[in-house]
Amino acid sequence: MIRVIRFLQLGFVMDLLYSAFSFLYQSGDAFAFLVLSACGLAVIFGMMGVINLAHGEFILCGAYVSTSATQMGLPLPLSIAVGAGVAGLIGMPLERLIIRHLYSRPLDTIVATWGISMIVTQGTLIVLGSTMQGSGTPLGSFMVGNYSYSVYRIVLMGTALATLAALWLVFTRTRFGVLARATIQVPHIAQALGVNTGLIYSLTFGLGAALAGLAGGLYAPTMTLVPTMGSAFIVEAFVTVVIGGADIFLGTAPTAAILGVIKAALTSWHGQLAGQIGMLLSVIIVIRILPRGISGWILNERP
Amino acid sequence: MARHLISTLAVLGILLPFSGLATAQDKTPIKLGVLEDQSGDFAVATIGKVHGIQLAAEEINAAGGIDGRPLELVVYDTQSDNTRYQEFMRRVLQRDKVDAVFAGFSSASREAYRPIVNQFDGFAFYNNQYEGGVCDANMVITGAVPEQQFSTLIPYMMEKYGKKVYTIAADYNFGQISAEWVRNIVKENGGEMVGEEFIPLGVSQFSQTIQNIQTAKPDVLVTLLVGTAQASYYEQAGAANLKVPMASSVNVGQGYEHKRFKAPSLANMYATVNYIEEVDTPASKAFIEKWHKKFPSEPYINQEAENSYSAVHLYKQMVERAKSTKREDIRKVIAQGDVCFDAPEGKVCIDPKSQHMSHTIFLAHVKEDHSIDFPKVWQDVKPYWLGDAGCDLTKSDPSAQYTPSNPPVAAE
Repeated sequence: MIRVIRFLQLGFVMDLLYSAFSFLYQSGDAFAFLVLSACGLAVIFGMMGVINLAHGEFILCGAYVSTSATQMGLPLPLSIAVGAGVAGLIGMPLERLIIRHLYSRPLDTIVATWGISMIVTQGTLIVLGSTMQGSGTPLGSFMVGNYSYSVYRIVLMGTALATLAALWLVFTRTRFGVLARATIQVPHIAQALGVNTGLIYSLTFGLGAALAGLAGGLYAPTMTLVPTMGSAFIVEAFVTVVIGGADIFLGTAPTAAILGVIKAALTSWHGQLAGQIGMLLSVIIVIRILPRGISGWILNERP
Repeated sequence: MARHLISTLAVLGILLPFSGLATAQDKTPIKLGVLEDQSGDFAVATIGKVHGIQLAAEEINAAGGIDGRPLELVVYDTQSDNTRYQEFMRRVLQRDKVDAVFAGFSSASREAYRPIVNQFDGFAFYNNQYEGGVCDANMVITGAVPEQQFSTLIPYMMEKYGKKVYTIAADYNFGQISAEWVRNIVKENGGEMVGEEFIPLGVSQFSQTIQNIQTAKPDVLVTLLVGTAQASYYEQAGAANLKVPMASSVNVGQGYEHKRFKAPSLANMYATVNYIEEVDTPASKAFIEKWHKKFPSEPYINQEAENSYSAVHLYKQMVERAKSTKREDIRKVIAQGDVCFDAPEGKVCIDPKSQHMSHTIFLAHVKEDHSIDFPKVWQDVKPYWLGDAGCDLTKSDPSAQYTPSNPPVAAE
């Protein structure tokens, strides 16, 4: 009898652990998607103040380039890096040719980047056709309790955390990071001190574009590859950056964590629609209470 | 007298060219408006529809046109955007003054343009499978409907795999009404719905949905996913090793997901289609050969492409038998009940009561390597539901859409 009760208790504890794991996995999955889609935008929009509606097209670029590289025989991690690199290399001249002239006119960047976005989407459709065959999700699946999970999604979570860590190192521990922050905060002083601000702007924009390309490369094996695929990321990216405010580490990361938990909980409770509604509702509430986003609030609260 | 003769001749001389013009007027082109999504979220499934119409028009024109008049296409790209449909529908009806319009992929777009077709008393063909129920004399619908796709598919799946069914569907009129059909058919066959989830268009991440399905442990999963973002579901479910047998009325037959995703993410999917390029009949093979001669790089010929192709040939027959392009004259021909065409799928006929089309329904089964076999074929499945429920366009035109829970009010 006691043994049966012990057994039941054990079963109960195991069930609890399984549920906890599944909730953690789902929240982590939503977190990874939000962080990776938002990182590039956090640099370009959050830091530089360019409302970049072509963010989705950098993601598209990363996805298409990395998938083509995989199909040509490159191993997946390398082809994702190639995708991110190409997106970054395209971002830099784009900043020089178009975005640079609009830094003092932030609203005009909306029109310019929206135009770029339409040209890229339609151009991809005309040149490469309506769809591209995916490379398939690698690494298989594993079981916990009654549920089976994709291993690759764990890789995505790990990459999201690693990306945040790498960005933190770049912006706080490298010369480029310090120069970039100085250039964006007070450009004329930085220039007076001999910083090549033009180059720094290009590099920072390129970094943002490369991060978008990284998101595209990472998610390409799990998604439909079509010219409009960037639009699947852009709402989540903007939501995260707007709530997060200007700082990637104090803004984007905690926002993605909070929204990830809300989204996972509501989706498991009442489906995708509830998840979407919950996420957008929390956005409305947060920007109503904290107009400068979570990072603005944290920085203000600090003595 | 002689002067009289001369002036008569002169008058004749003036008139003669006019009589020549009168016969030339009979050679004026018949204009066909084509509004399909050639870009945007739905383009994958719909570019082929435009090609089907172009192929049929070329064949008809090469064979002397419709009643000697050439067929001219007026094509606009509706960009997967409902407001574009409204804009272009007004344009083809008012400015281009087309004789008929072939329009629409998503049910949202059809319901967006249908009031405009009614307002200007136009004549539109919707060449797409859908959730059924449109009883409108201004519309001819050549796509398959639930009584053709679900009444065949769902009982087959329940008998083969079990009675617990879970539906994931796109969250708009198509998905909601189709899910209602599935629910009703599952109930009629003594089954149980263990879950239903409606997914907003554009959602591309499905981890939690996959887990919700695992929790409910269905025997059969009905997937009614629409658009390229939602198609990502298959890749993600495959990666999470979710192996529930799937059934669909839209996937495979429209978006050829089995060609776009790596095997085996679509394995064990069953879809009822009225045509796909894997159909292995002489008529189908000849059709594919013709198609690839004109469009060598076509990625896939789906059922809506075939519907669009057949619809042009049906329209030719209607106009030639009516000897007119006027809608009311054409509808008198449809009312005779024998407007039929030997389509690549087999013989199809227009039902006078609902102006929908009968179909050969193929049960397409996606195998482990994503090749397709057809475990079952239903010949000549009629679009009976609207007629049985009380829609009769030969008597009255309600211009409404009905559903199982909102059927036509019985005629007094």
